[in-house]
Amino acid sequence: MSAVLDFLTAPWEHLFMRRAFAVAVMCGIVSGVIGAHVVLRGMAFIGDAVSHSVFPGVAVAFVLHFNLVLGGAVAGLLTALAVAVFSQNRRLKEDSVIGVFFAAAFGLGIVILSTAPGYSGSLESFLFGQILGISDSDVVTVAVMGLLLLLVAGAVHKELVTVSLDRETARAAGLPVFALDIVLYALVTVTVVISLQAVGNILVLALLITPAACARLLTDRIGAMMVLAPAIGAGAATVGLYLSYAYNLAAGGLIVLVVTAVFILCWLLAPRHGLLATRRRRRDPDGAAARRRASEPRPTVDGMPTETTTAP
Amino acid sequence: MTDTPILDVRSLAVELGGRLALNGVDLTVRTGELVGLIGPNGAGKTTLLRTVLGLLTPHSGVVHLQGQPADRARGTVGYVPQRHEFAWDFPLSVEKAVLTGRTHTIGWLRRPHATDREAVHDALERVAMTDLRHRPIGELSGGQRQRVLVARALALRPRLLLLDEPFTGLDVPTQELLTALFRQLRREDKALLMTTHDLPAAADMAGRLCLLNQTVIADGPPDTLRDPAVWLRAFGVTRSDQLLTSLGVTR
Repeated sequence: MSAVLDFLTAPWEHLFMRRAFAVAVMCGIVSGVIGAHVVLRGMAFIGDAVSHSVFPGVAVAFVLHFNLVLGGAVAGLLTALAVAVFSQNRRLKEDSVIGVFFAAAFGLGIVILSTAPGYSGSLESFLFGQILGISDSDVVTVAVMGLLLLLVAGAVHKELVTVSLDRETARAAGLPVFALDIVLYALVTVTVVISLQAVGNILVLALLITPAACARLLTDRIGAMMVLAPAIGAGAATVGLYLSYAYNLAAGGLIVLVVTAVFILCWLLAPRHGLLATRRRRRDPDGAAARRRASEPRPTVDGMPTETTTAP
Repeated sequence: MTDTPILDVRSLAVELGGRLALNGVDLTVRTGELVGLIGPNGAGKTTLLRTVLGLLTPHSGVVHLQGQPADRARGTVGYVPQRHEFAWDFPLSVEKAVLTGRTHTIGWLRRPHATDREAVHDALERVAMTDLRHRPIGELSGGQRQRVLVARALALRPRLLLLDEPFTGLDVPTQELLTALFRQLRREDKALLMTTHDLPAAADMAGRLCLLNQTVIADGPPDTLRDPAVWLRAFGVTRSDQLLTSLGVTR
């Protein structure tokens, strides 16, 4: 018993672990919320693109000795902007445009880096995370930026949903679709940049996409998804850090592995015959609807976004 | 005021990818009218709808909505796109999906008001989806999906409704439900403009048919369009027994 208690409390004796927990949990929450929009719009690829496109900014910042996070944010935003502008052309799908620009950004980063012969530790920690070396000011930065991201995401939530649901009709209604795209890309970029310290440039995608994908498997309501995704992200970050402390293994990698384990569990258990699905149906407040639903022959699998019979 | 058409399109030309998709199109739709827009694939039917919605900029010509230039009347037209334009895998209930039709009228940083809920409630009732309002949109059949799209457009309480092939791939009960609804809307002095490939149904239901193929080939009540030559010209063929038989214009 005391061993369990020890396992749970021991990391908290260290200041660097308390900071690590604070940053990891905050990043998990923010990434979950923003990631939900990313997953629902089917633009996981852009999360990948953004995380790669901050790279040239980091390289420039590294070479010129200024704030890596700031450099990354600027580069990421510029790339996101380029993607948003170039995908307004209906002939090109967004993913093609992203493919063009994210490779270009990474190439630029490599070229810039090749001008600096003596890089090593700082850049490596940037690529793979440095959650155990976080300063107080980092914690404050993540907290402030995280709060700002959540506020903006909340403020434009219904507009983002309307655009994701049906872009053309949203545009016809007079919603500023292009500006909303930019807002979403900016949200993704800043989320990626503040999460870099927790899991690193390469693994940041997992924090953005996986918790939201888990939440999508678990619910058919976007409101629930916006709660589940951050909860899963924050939970996985906490468990990952505990494991990292206990077994002295890389924190960023463990956080990603934990959240991936959660994803696999969701995938196995969430569909109609899964444990969770059964329990959820019993807990459904609208019991009548659930019963009617259960008694009717249905072409779809509960909880899974399947194509139905008469799709055109 | 009653003389002002709800939709007035004057010598409209629209360029798509360097060629004129529409040229010299004149079309008016008045209150209480249901106009069927008919033409072969690529005739510019959807292009015309998208131009009316302000999604495409005319090369020349003007579009007026209730006497106003189209870009100033933005967000007042109910639009029912083809079903595949909509992200049906989104985790939303029917009710919430219909509510997104009012997002722009609710306004930034605002939550839906009682009027918004009321409009959604009415719209769902009109398409007989009230019982299914809590169902996730991903679990709907094709006919139910079409009714959700119509409800979303109606939730805006528009005077003009644009429908892009609303009857494609629907079973008979859903077709009948929508036909009855459109009749009712006409009685309420709404105007409807719909593209369709279902010629007999269009001839049966629409007060006027507009044959479009880059420009308006013919425009009038269905029983005045009995000349086979007009139809052959609209569809760009010299002879098609199947087309004419299905229209009932041969004999």
